[in-house]
Amino acid sequence: MSDTPKQNDWSKPAAMAIPKEGFFKLEQGRYGPVYPKTPACHGFTIIAKIIPGREEVIREYGRNIEKAVAGNPHCLAVLKLHYLRWVLFDIGKDTYFMYQGIFDTDFDKYTEDAVGLFTKLGIRTVFENLEGFPADWQTNAPAFIEFVREHQCPSFLEYGEYPYVSSDEIKKALKLKAAFSDMLDQMQ
Amino acid sequence: MLEFDDIQYILLTRAPAITGRYEFLSFRNSAGGRAWLTAILETVHSVEQARASVGKDNRWVSVAFTWNGLRALGVDEASLATFPEEFKQGMVARAEVLGDTGANHPENWLGGLASPDLHAIVVLFARDVAERQRCEAEHQRLIAQCEGVEVLSSLDLEATPPFDYAHDHFGYRDRMSQPVIEGSGEEPTPGSGAPLKAGEFILGYPDEAGPSVNQPQPEILARNGSYMAYRRLQEHVGAFRDFLKNHGQTPEEQELVAAKLMGRWRSGAPLVLAPDKNDPALGADPQRNNDFNYKQQDPVGYAVPLGSHIRRMNPRDTAANMNRRRMIRRGGTYGPHLPEDAPEDGVERGIAAFVICASLIRQFEFAQNVWANDRNFHELGNERDPIIGNQDGTLEYKIPKRPDPEKNHWPSGIHDGAGRRLLFSARPQGASIPCVPRRGPMRRCEFT
Repeated sequence: MSDTPKQNDWSKPAAMAIPKEGFFKLEQGRYGPVYPKTPACHGFTIIAKIIPGREEVIREYGRNIEKAVAGNPHCLAVLKLHYLRWVLFDIGKDTYFMYQGIFDTDFDKYTEDAVGLFTKLGIRTVFENLEGFPADWQTNAPAFIEFVREHQCPSFLEYGEYPYVSSDEIKKALKLKAAFSDMLDQMQ
Repeated sequence: MLEFDDIQYILLTRAPAITGRYEFLSFRNSAGGRAWLTAILETVHSVEQARASVGKDNRWVSVAFTWNGLRALGVDEASLATFPEEFKQGMVARAEVLGDTGANHPENWLGGLASPDLHAIVVLFARDVAERQRCEAEHQRLIAQCEGVEVLSSLDLEATPPFDYAHDHFGYRDRMSQPVIEGSGEEPTPGSGAPLKAGEFILGYPDEAGPSVNQPQPEILARNGSYMAYRRLQEHVGAFRDFLKNHGQTPEEQELVAAKLMGRWRSGAPLVLAPDKNDPALGADPQRNNDFNYKQQDPVGYAVPLGSHIRRMNPRDTAANMNRRRMIRRGGTYGPHLPEDAPEDGVERGIAAFVICASLIRQFEFAQNVWANDRNFHELGNERDPIIGNQDGTLEYKIPKRPDPEKNHWPSGIHDGAGRRLLFSARPQGASIPCVPRRGPMRRCEFT
């Protein structure tokens, strides 16, 4: 669980160096150790080798996600995301995939929701093109989560220009700004 | 089609009981355990039997086993390995996930419930105390005939007055928001959501995500069974009443503080529908008392605080995939009633309840880990469930209050709407075991 005490002032940029394990003290979550909230919020970096010849399939997945979000801009809302980045890169003759997410919840808290979401949206997850990914992921959330954890590379340093601020708080601030702007217009 | 003749009654029906008894058992040898099981099965009601004879029966029995208990009874290792990891580990190993730390740590669990020797529970509900005592004596005779079967501990249940509706020792009305299983024949009350696929609660049936998968093998170990988590929650009634008095000047204000902790008035009336004044008629009306949501009707929590018990345990339209998180609750209160004007007497009393679901990790553990004990649920920062969350003295509870333009004039300062901060020391004492109800043919018979 995210037993994060109240964090610092958002106006004071902060950095956090993280031990090799990815956490400071072992705290058990439902599917494994809980990773700490850092100035850059929660997140993961998953790196795995792709099945040879699947690069174009993965790039097509990117275009599918773009369409899904355009059709339903809030389709990923449950994941409490800030940003997702998908990267393909080569090491020697092999192609690797990196999936980096920054979000506001613990690593394993809403993973079942993520699995359910991918199934519901009909998105053929890009993970199916990675070596060792469980073929029955749609009906086997624990196996999906185990794969993700096995391929997670914890950060050794994270930085936030506006540390610990959630995406909901950012959206609230922007709404407030818009409301003030509207209020000032009304007072003219 | 649900196999009502092979599903234990407790999964789908509620006995009209005002008392009961739980006995926690250990099997020192498997032959004795199997002899006990063979005999006790004669008394276990199926759904079909319970529905057919509820008017004339006086007692209802259910049984369930821990993973260690299944091994003690002789289930082979290959089959044992097919159970999910969280069930195999048992609740003691999962204590941190569940928030059972500090005063709630398994070291403090009563009655041997943290012991690996805990193998089974037999759950009795009875129409009256005389019947409970008769059944207790019958069970003692049965155990005496079964070599190596030992009672680790027991707990008697007693309803608390007034007896015309279910409520806990704090006085909160209970049983207003229960999921309904598709094909059970029951109709959900307004606001309770559509009936859910049976596989959310009963093993071997399709669930909300599709066909039944990854079930324990062989099938006979799983089909028509379920997982059941046991929670014994002590209620510190004197401390609770003192808390209300410390935070409310008048009886009306104290009643509102109680309502704000729960999200409902103690009468059961939901704060979303009755935000300012108790409405006992609303609380007692199942056609109205659960018919509300949050996103449209109370998005900020001016009526029901974001961290209140019912908003955490059932976020309704403010959480995703609610159909994968629901649970069936059964159980009752134990310990003597503490009269309203009586001082705290130091006697233990509380709730001893079961959470029934098809996936302990996805349903029960999620509710404990994320909903009850996540300090930052709904971005609250430093709270846990004020009723069942693990309180360690460092947490707070925020009650949002709508800024009152008559009282808060700009530009003397923008009211932050955060309201006042309350500190609440909830009840410690947890004890819990995940169990899988046995499955197999059931026949109705008297205790032997």
